[in-house]
Amino acid sequence: MSRINDFVVRFANVNGTGSASANFLFAKAVFRMGIPVSAKNIFPSNIQGLPTWYEVRVSEKGYLARKEGIDMMVSVNPQSFKQDIASVKTGGYFMYDCTKPLHDHFLRDDIHFIGIPMMEISNREFSDPRQRQLFKNIIYVGALAAFLNIELNVIEQLFHEQFKGKEKLITPNVKALNLGFEYAKAHFDCPLEFRLERRDLVGDAIMIDGNTAAGLGAVYGGATVVAWYPITPSTSLVSAFESYAKKLRVDKETGKNNFSIVQAEDELAAIGMVIGAGWNGARSFTATSGPGVSLMSEFLGLAYYAEIPAVLVNVQRAGPSTGMPTRTQQADLISCAYASHGDTKHVLLIPADPAECFEMTADAFDYAEVLQTPIIVMSDLDIGMNDHITAPLHWDDNKKYNRGKVLNADQLESLPNWGRYRDVDDDGIPYRTYPGTHPLLGSYFTRGSSHDEDAKYSEDAATYVRIVDRLIKKFNTARQIIPRPQLYQKQQQSKIGMLFFGSTMHAAEEALDILRDNGTPVDAIRLKAFPFHEDVKSFIDGHEKLFVIEQNRDAQMRTLLINELEINPSKLIKLLNYDGTPMTADYILKHIHEYSFQPTN
Amino acid sequence: MTFLKPKFGHPRLPKNEHGYTVKDYEGAISTLCAGCGHDSISAAIVEACFDLNIEPHRVAKLSGIGCSSKTPTYFLSNSHGFNSVHGRMPSVATGANLANRNLIYIGVSGDGDSASIGMGQYVHAIRRNLNITYIVMNNGVYGLTKGQDSATADCGSVAKHGVPTAFQAIDMCGLAIELGATFVGQSFSGDKKQMIPLIKAAISHPGFALLNIISPCVTFNNNAGSTKSYDYAREHNAALSKIDFVPVGKEITTDYDHTKVNVVELHDGSKIKLNKLSPEWNPHDRLSIVTALHEARQRQEILTGLLYIDEQSVELNDLINSTTVPLNQLTEQDLCPGSAVLEQINAGYR
Repeated sequence: MSRINDFVVRFANVNGTGSASANFLFAKAVFRMGIPVSAKNIFPSNIQGLPTWYEVRVSEKGYLARKEGIDMMVSVNPQSFKQDIASVKTGGYFMYDCTKPLHDHFLRDDIHFIGIPMMEISNREFSDPRQRQLFKNIIYVGALAAFLNIELNVIEQLFHEQFKGKEKLITPNVKALNLGFEYAKAHFDCPLEFRLERRDLVGDAIMIDGNTAAGLGAVYGGATVVAWYPITPSTSLVSAFESYAKKLRVDKETGKNNFSIVQAEDELAAIGMVIGAGWNGARSFTATSGPGVSLMSEFLGLAYYAEIPAVLVNVQRAGPSTGMPTRTQQADLISCAYASHGDTKHVLLIPADPAECFEMTADAFDYAEVLQTPIIVMSDLDIGMNDHITAPLHWDDNKKYNRGKVLNADQLESLPNWGRYRDVDDDGIPYRTYPGTHPLLGSYFTRGSSHDEDAKYSEDAATYVRIVDRLIKKFNTARQIIPRPQLYQKQQQSKIGMLFFGSTMHAAEEALDILRDNGTPVDAIRLKAFPFHEDVKSFIDGHEKLFVIEQNRDAQMRTLLINELEINPSKLIKLLNYDGTPMTADYILKHIHEYSFQPTN
Repeated sequence: MTFLKPKFGHPRLPKNEHGYTVKDYEGAISTLCAGCGHDSISAAIVEACFDLNIEPHRVAKLSGIGCSSKTPTYFLSNSHGFNSVHGRMPSVATGANLANRNLIYIGVSGDGDSASIGMGQYVHAIRRNLNITYIVMNNGVYGLTKGQDSATADCGSVAKHGVPTAFQAIDMCGLAIELGATFVGQSFSGDKKQMIPLIKAAISHPGFALLNIISPCVTFNNNAGSTKSYDYAREHNAALSKIDFVPVGKEITTDYDHTKVNVVELHDGSKIKLNKLSPEWNPHDRLSIVTALHEARQRQEILTGLLYIDEQSVELNDLINSTTVPLNQLTEQDLCPGSAVLEQINAGYR
């Protein structure tokens, strides 16, 4: 049976050998042929020498989640031969570098082995050792082009773009590509039964990773002060901000930066700088991952209680402790929602793809300043570091930054009774002033210790309660203005419901399609923010049982729902994947199916 | 509790260039122990700011946690203040300074706050040459938690609890000089005459200006056997120089001996006149002050005065090429590249 535009290719490489750019070339070529594609980099926390994989799913139907089952394995790493051969689907293909023969004990008789002498060809045709290494990768891309019908001119065009300014690299790359292509054509039946065919299915979509999109979002959202500490998988977010800021934010006349970036000594200092800048009226952010959030917790409590805007992008990785730094999870929900000691609650925004990383990071600065509190954008490694097909990034030129309730000198003079923490508008949000606004009015003392409405230190019981209760009122105001959940139902049609958020969106949407096609449609809701909008409560109330899909062991979102909305726990069924790999539709369906067939007591 | 001071003062109190009297630079009534060295430092800050004709609202005062960090409440009540978390004032001050480089930043910390929990932030703020007057009110003891030794307590020194300190002390000045600090001063809270010109010079210095001020704790560390008591500090105070601060536009009128007097011109045109008491020491020579500090320690002396200054200091905002306009004043026009640029960026990802 021929399968057009519907298969999974996995690349097995050694990290640090330049394979990432060759593999990306493959994925990008599929995208350029107008075919939906998703790529997942499954890499070690290491610089050089360990196994690394790159998994590409091609989907005519436009499904962008990871899919289990490998149709073709491209293996150039003998270290992982054994597991790589085992992971190929029955009837699938195992392409390997046959410069050295494969041991018999590796062989499986239910899959096809394709030997391409990649290293031999590369050594014969190229002399420079580094080039031999790099072009070995391009040779297998060439072979894949033959097996899968990738248009060679598409790849050549990508070479021209990649090596703009270094044109002399184009010819040897094209040569390597053709060497692989010709070898495959000469020695095997090409193409295979699964292959590519040009389509027009990606429209105006772009292919970008979430960290780049979030970094750009911070540029567009007006961030001026960035303080950070390097940590996987968030580092590339700040790098993206820096590289775009250098292009877009340098004053042409003076050559000076309209932004400041400080690589802090640790995450404590990073968030401290963000809070200091926010207090002083600059839009500021940091990006980090779970261990960084742990270190930032004390400061987040200060910003919550002293009511200081701050934006933190948490690109979540697998915990606990150091955990798996290069694997994905959604396991910082509770630690972020309630970060810091005492009664604290924070606003979380939960993007599901790079376009939302852009939008939510940009908007986070408005929310932070309007609400005068930290906003945590809960991205994860899968969204942040993998290239995704996503809607083009959008900016409305009519949009003005909402700087929140900030008083200038004239306003201060017209207000006889200003107090930093007075709830004048009955929305829980007080008015603030920047330092230096007025010679005699508007100064106040910011502190993490208990304070009254005029920011004066106070241990008075009633005063303390008034202030912390107002913070709850403010939290309820936040609930109304942050992004609403997305509902997947035309009308209520199922007794069970599905609840998901963040990077599991693609897998969950695919599962919903399959359930619908099987005649058992299921309603669903995608959460985009915390605190939960009232639609979340009514969705849950409207269904008998709900599968709460998340990527952590302890069902943290379920806990938040129970805790915040007083849901009966027996209604919320855990559907958890926490092995560090991105969610698949098959996994979701398997668990729903298993649950449905469980005998009820 | 914060006690409010009466606002009225004598009608003929002298006014400075901005029409402010010294009362306009005061803060709330101190709740520290009677006789606490920190209150003398607060008073010196008030006087220095009045003399320098600083408009109070152009100052931001920041602190960490501890007795010392309470003091910003007790001076400059017309300035914004920020009592942050323990040991983390340097980072908050860094962020604040990046947001608005045009304000004057006064950071107040203590020996617990800067030499222990906040050591990391202290050293990195120095490395970056953050533009701040950084005052360590150093009493060698944790006051608010009732008398534990701090990391600046000298080895062998005995606080009220009666047990000699077993460990080596951290020298805040020596450390700062090693880290490349561009202004290092040391003083004693009982020596107002020295503190006031030092504070003025520190405020006028563009960069990290450390003032490590021995400020005895009358309650927990003012006993015989302590090296941070009033008596010990008075007896062992070895001033390197007599210091005069000469504001911008004022001439140095008195005759002075060029072999003994060193005039340092600061970035804003003000001058410091140092009447050297130690012939080997040169305030521009890092090595000479390191040696002087080591020798003073051997003699059990506390070296005070302006120890080191680098007049070529380049502060953080300039080191990272930030615009001279305060970042918190930039608008959408300066910051947002707009939809047309975004469309070009999108095209690059197709």
